[in-house]
Amino acid sequence: MHRPSRLVAVAATLAVLLTACGDAASEDASSPAAPEDAMTAGTATSSDSPADPVVQLVTHDSFNIGEDVLAAFTAETGYEVQVLASGDAGTMVNQAILTAGNPQGDVLFGVDNTLLSRALEADVFVPHEPADADALDPSLVLEDQWRVTPIDRGDVCLNFDVAFFDQAEVEVPSDLADLADPAYESLLVVENPATSSPGLAFLLATVATFGEDGWEDYWRDLVANDVAVSAGWEDAYYGVFSGAAGSEGDRPLVVSYASSPPAEVIFAEEPPAQAPTGVVEASCFQQVEFAGVLAGTDNEPGARALVDFMVSETFQVDIPLQMFVFPARTGVELPPEFVEYAVVPDEPISLDPQFIAEHRDDLVARWTDVVLG
Amino acid sequence: MTSVQVPDAATAERRGIPAGWRIAAFVVPGVFFTVLFLWPVGTIIGTGLTGEGAAGGILDVLTSGRVAEILWFSTWQAVASTVLTLLVGIPGAWLVARVDFPGRTLVRAGVTAPFVLPTVVVASAFTSLLGPGSPVLSGVARLTGMASPPDLTGTIWAVLAAHVFFNVAVVVRTVGSRWANLDSQLAAAAQTLGATPWQAFRRVTLPLLRPAITAAAVIVFLFTFTSFGIVLILGSPGMATLEVAIYRATAQLLDLPQAAALAILQLVVVVASLLATARFAGAGTRTRAGGGGGGGGERDRGEAGRTVAAAPRRPVRATTWAGVVAVLGLLFVVIGLPIAVLVERSLAVSDGHSLRWYRELSDVVGVMAVSPWEAVRNSMVFAVAATVVATLVGGAAAVAITARRGRLGRVFDLLLMLPLGVSAVTVGFGFLITLDTPPLDLRSSPVLVPLAQALVAIPFVVRILVPSLRAVDDRLRQAAAVLGATPTRVWRHVDLPILFRSATVAAGFAFAISLGEFGATVFLARAGTPTLPVAIYRFLGQPGAANLGRAMAMSCVLMVVTIVVVAVVDRLRIADLGAF
Repeated sequence: MHRPSRLVAVAATLAVLLTACGDAASEDASSPAAPEDAMTAGTATSSDSPADPVVQLVTHDSFNIGEDVLAAFTAETGYEVQVLASGDAGTMVNQAILTAGNPQGDVLFGVDNTLLSRALEADVFVPHEPADADALDPSLVLEDQWRVTPIDRGDVCLNFDVAFFDQAEVEVPSDLADLADPAYESLLVVENPATSSPGLAFLLATVATFGEDGWEDYWRDLVANDVAVSAGWEDAYYGVFSGAAGSEGDRPLVVSYASSPPAEVIFAEEPPAQAPTGVVEASCFQQVEFAGVLAGTDNEPGARALVDFMVSETFQVDIPLQMFVFPARTGVELPPEFVEYAVVPDEPISLDPQFIAEHRDDLVARWTDVVLG
Repeated sequence: MTSVQVPDAATAERRGIPAGWRIAAFVVPGVFFTVLFLWPVGTIIGTGLTGEGAAGGILDVLTSGRVAEILWFSTWQAVASTVLTLLVGIPGAWLVARVDFPGRTLVRAGVTAPFVLPTVVVASAFTSLLGPGSPVLSGVARLTGMASPPDLTGTIWAVLAAHVFFNVAVVVRTVGSRWANLDSQLAAAAQTLGATPWQAFRRVTLPLLRPAITAAAVIVFLFTFTSFGIVLILGSPGMATLEVAIYRATAQLLDLPQAAALAILQLVVVVASLLATARFAGAGTRTRAGGGGGGGGERDRGEAGRTVAAAPRRPVRATTWAGVVAVLGLLFVVIGLPIAVLVERSLAVSDGHSLRWYRELSDVVGVMAVSPWEAVRNSMVFAVAATVVATLVGGAAAVAITARRGRLGRVFDLLLMLPLGVSAVTVGFGFLITLDTPPLDLRSSPVLVPLAQALVAIPFVVRILVPSLRAVDDRLRQAAAVLGATPTRVWRHVDLPILFRSATVAAGFAFAISLGEFGATVFLARAGTPTLPVAIYRFLGQPGAANLGRAMAMSCVLMVVTIVVVAVVDRLRIADLGAF
């Protein structure tokens, strides 16, 4: 007779656990990002709110924006934003291509200039010129039919360890060509372009700089100079680069972002007098992130409203401290750390998205042969 | 239809499972598995096979020397990882199953902690342990008279060490739960008859453990065969597993014909290894069972009398104590050291150590819209849901498999293992193009994440439950039936409690898998509510001491949550066991 009572006890425990989850889920109802809430809101439409109050934003794992910003959008338009994140930018774009016409959500954010052509060719987006289109930096509008709208830019640049170069005899490299100089032997770590998006951007920077005939020789020189290759940004920056706070690395040059020095300052243990890392401005490759209305969306008005909102001052001003990239809108006030420590290169290295789309896989394969082969 | 008189007839009727339950036991996991695995994976592979340029693409893949190289590397590193994991795990299983020592609960729960850690965090611990600055390796170098400590980062040794670290829990817990259920009198009897302890272990205990060891080995093999992040980060940049190639072809290149060819290759190896191990396990049982009587009951015979559990004993002999110390030392080196590195890092500040990063876990700071503690809560909700689904569906599957001895049961058994051996990216992209039309448009549904996690956890549940169910001593059932119990009552009072006991071990795994996300969900659209692993990834995605510190603190929180929950679940089990 002991058995049933014990089973009952276990069942009761399970029930309590499940109820606890239920409670946790319903607590979520107060936060705008909770999908459950979005769903229930959809069934309880009041007369003055939009027909379908949920807008689904398909994005990558690095997307982030303040809850108050999304709440402002809801207050303004009545639409609730449900964020759907999956994988890195490359994965997300390929998923969008695979589901073109029957998309996972209504708006896609995070396709960048290295992936753009591929998405455009697959007819993933429908054109939408945002309300504040004139406020955007025209140099970032890379597509003339407004199938995508630039939201932010975040350049991939060489970062250097300030303390190292203060002590060392060698100067901070002034451009990419310097890195092939034997003086910089064993100082650089890069990411594998096959598995890392900054790695790919850096490869493209070398292709743009040294031309289709010269970039492989340049990389041979880097290999001769003992360049280190990491799989991803995290292990390159925290594991091999010497300038990162808390790093055990021993190489003073790394491929990172233009916004990394302000991040080092903002997230320092104690606010430092100066940034521990710096940016080699002439090495910066421009990365622009776009948003677009997904073709086949079942909430086109909501999708258009969200893209408009992403261009608005409210959204754009929140971008730097949430995603550590720069607003695509001109005249947006930047956080003081960005003004002081970040570099916004006037003439970043860039490549035509069409060229990137056509040659990306081939460039990566050739890079693999030269550097790892 | 109580066939007490025919104990060898292995039918469901004999087991006394009510007919409705019996059907449900087949249908529920069948539907679950078909909808969430066979259909998506079949569709994505089919799309690749029939797509444009498929013929050329597939031919290229199958004749490519590079692919042969990748296949060979994936296989041998997985075999090596599995052997090493068994070498560490089996002594560990002995320790937690047979020896009563202080801290036993902690060790048994603690081995699961690595299971949940994000790869990039583990990789960072191994880089400092195996790199040139490693205190351990410099110690070794000094002892062995080497001029300078070796740098093992970027070598296969780093990959193997990390694989053992991640998977040792599979062996310790699967084999350990079996070992705890063995009748220790058998080995004792052998020793009375003159066998040495080693002979008794080799001739009596080891054969009885063989099904559990095989089950654990298969799981470890599948996990390491499909290893992704560890090989990428800790291996040299040229190393690639089939999983990496499939990821590249699918997620980066969207070259579906190539991805399909690679996925089929992966499936072939996985199925072949499953068939081989099934044969191996079966062969072992047959040898043991000797001659006498064919038929379906062969597995039962070798395992009779094993649910008489023996409580672990306090060591009395000095040799036993020496063994305990040696095994604890081994586990400390393999699991303890990397964890110690992470704990140290989570406490490190520029002027020493402090709890600062832990205190700051309740703050909302850039990088993430919610506080890290909220991510802990999100993770718990998902993990409990996935655990419940995995335990129920996996439990039903185990009942179905043991109720049917024929080919159907075996095929079912094999199929349910496949999610461990098929690339997460294949499953994830398959979901996208199958579960995309109402009413089954689950792509953006919050239930998809726990369902996908359950899919990976179910093989564990099945692997742990099936041997336990098969080992139920038929005499117990017969005794119950003789005493007048109806078949349903027999099942409820004999089979179900034993099922429950093993189910808690399985549930612990399911929980850990879900908490660590384990790659199963990376390619699924997840709601904006971040989970613990996502939060850690977020923090590590930005420069700055505070981000690194928080990521390390979060990793330690993740481990503590896992250890506590698994220990609590283990307690359920012990309470149950003691009263049995």
